[in-house]
Amino acid sequence: MTTVLVFLDHAGASLAKSERELLSLGASLGEVTVALAGDADQAYLDGVGAYGVQEVHRPEDAAVSEVLVAGKAAFLAETVRRTGAGIVLLGNSYEAKEIAARLGVRLEAGVITDVVGLADDLTATKSDFAGSYSVACRVTTDIAILTVKPNSVEAVEAGLPSSPREVPVPVDLPAAAARVTGRVDKPVSGRPELAEARVIVAGGRGVNGDFGPLEDLADALGGAVGASRAATDAGWIEHSAQIGQTGKTVSPQLYISAGISGAIQQKAGMQTSKVIVAINKDADSPVFEIADFGIVGDLFTVLPQATEEIRKRGL
Amino acid sequence: MDEATAGGLRIAVLVKHVPDAQFDRHIGGDDLTTVRTESILSELDEYALEAALQLVEAHGGPSAGHRITAITMGPAAAVAAVKKSLQIGADDGVHLTDEALNGSDASATSKALAALLRHTGPFDLVLTGMASTDGETSLVPAQLAERLELPQVTFAASLELVPGDSGWTLSARRDNDTYAETIEASLPALVSVTDQINEPRYPNFKGIMAAKKKQIEVLSLADIGVQQDEVGLAGSWTRVEAAAPRPPRSQGIVITDEGDAGVRLVDFLAGQKLL
Repeated sequence: MTTVLVFLDHAGASLAKSERELLSLGASLGEVTVALAGDADQAYLDGVGAYGVQEVHRPEDAAVSEVLVAGKAAFLAETVRRTGAGIVLLGNSYEAKEIAARLGVRLEAGVITDVVGLADDLTATKSDFAGSYSVACRVTTDIAILTVKPNSVEAVEAGLPSSPREVPVPVDLPAAAARVTGRVDKPVSGRPELAEARVIVAGGRGVNGDFGPLEDLADALGGAVGASRAATDAGWIEHSAQIGQTGKTVSPQLYISAGISGAIQQKAGMQTSKVIVAINKDADSPVFEIADFGIVGDLFTVLPQATEEIRKRGL
Repeated sequence: MDEATAGGLRIAVLVKHVPDAQFDRHIGGDDLTTVRTESILSELDEYALEAALQLVEAHGGPSAGHRITAITMGPAAAVAAVKKSLQIGADDGVHLTDEALNGSDASATSKALAALLRHTGPFDLVLTGMASTDGETSLVPAQLAERLELPQVTFAASLELVPGDSGWTLSARRDNDTYAETIEASLPALVSVTDQINEPRYPNFKGIMAAKKKQIEVLSLADIGVQQDEVGLAGSWTRVEAAAPRPPRSQGIVITDEGDAGVRLVDFLAGQKLL
C-alpha cells in the first residue's frame, strides 16, 4: 500500500478544515502518515488521530520553523526518505506551495499545485489561466507532490480513531537561509478564511470605503469578506482580502459581488464560484455577463434589506 | 557603515513574456503548451524590476557600481520582456532561447534558469515577481533558491538592503492571512515581491532611446552547459495530458431594484439552497 505523507503546517488549537480535507484525501489514496512542522497540543493530535493516522513525524529541532520554507522542506524531505512515501499532500497556501517546490528539487519529484481533483491513477485536475481552462496533468516521477486547494474534497473521518505516536525527525537545517526576526499576529475576525469560505461577499470601488453592509451580510451567511484590487489599493480593507488575478483565486459555493464592475482581472479570481450574485448600479457592468443573479441597484439599500430578510426568516 | 565596504550590487531580475490577461488566453498544439500570441512583460515582474531600481537609487545609483540585469528564457519573441525592462531602466539583458526549452514545467524551468544565473553571475540578489501570470504556480522562485542554495524571501511586501562590513543584509516584510513577518537574510539571496511593494514606473522617452544602446546577450542551452533532454517536455517531472477551455458562464437573471431586490435576492438564495 502506498504511504501518503500529509504535511500539516497549521498547528492551531484544532485541525483546520483544509487540513481535515487533506487527511481524508490521503486516506483515499493509501496509508496516511503525518509530517507536522509546528507545535501541537493534545486536541490537535486527537484531531489527527480521528483519521486513523498512526504516526506524526515532528522535527527534532524547533528552529525548523524559524527559517523560512527551506527548513520545512528539509524536514519534509527527510520524512519522505524515512517513511518511503510515494505521495506527498500539502495545502495550497503560498508557503505550502514553496515547501512543495523545494521538496520537488530535493527529491527530484514532480510538483502539481492548485489541485482540485485527483483520480485513483493520480491524474490531477486543476484550473489554468485563472479558471478559464480545466487541465488534467500527471507527475511522471516515482514520488508525486501535490498541493490541494481547499473545498476540493469532503472531509470524512476514518472508522477507527487512533492515538498517533510522535516520531522525532533529525533535520539538517540549510546554512544559507532567511530568518524570521519578528512576527505580529493580525486581529482575528471570527469569519472564515477567504480560501476556505463557502460564501464570500466581495466589494469594490462601489462600496466607497464602507464595508459595513458587506460584513453584516457575510456574518448573516457565515461567510468571508473579499475585495477587488481597487478597494484594497484605496486602503478600505486589508490587502489579504484581495481576490483576482494578482490576489486570491476563490471558488466558493456562493460569491456575492457588490459594487465591482467585473474587469477581467477580477473575474479571473472568482469565475469558478458555483453561484455568482452581482449587485451594481451600472447596468452595463461586465460582471452581469457571468452572474447567475444580477441586481441593478444600490448596494447600500439592497444588502441591508437582504441581511434583514435572512434574519427575519430565522435562517 | 561605508557603502563602499559592501561594494556594488549585481542584481538579476527575472522577467517573463506572458499572454496578456486582457485577452482570451489559450492552450494548444500537440504538446498542450501556452499559446503566446498577444504577449507582454508579466505585470507581476514589473514590481520586481521597480524594486531593483529603487534599491539601486537608495544606495548611490548606477554610478556606485550597481548593475541590474533583466533575464528571460523563451522563444524569440520573449526578448520583448527584456527590451521593455531595458526601457524601464535595467542596465543589460540576457535571453536564453532554445527549441528544446519548449514545454518545460517549473522544475525544468528552474533548472535552466539556475544554470543561466550561474553562467551569467555571480549575482548578489535575484529578484522575481510573486508568480507568473500564465503558469501561476509560483514554484520557480523557490526551486531556483533551492538549486542555487540561496536564502529565499518570498512574497516580500517591502525590501531594504543594509550594507555592512561583511557584505549586504536584506530586510523584508511579508504579510500572511494571520500574521505579518519581518525577515532577514545575508546576500546573495533570492527575493520574490508582491504587487504591494511599489508602484512600477513606465518607460519614458529617454529610457526608450537609451535602451537601444544596451546589450542583450542571447544564449542557448549549450552555452550554459545544460543538455537538451534535461529541459522541455523530456526534462519535466509533470505532464499535461488534457486541457479544455471551461465552458463560458451563461448570463442568468438580471433585475432592476424596485425596492424589493434584497428580498428577491434572499428568495433566489433560498431557491438555490444556499441559505
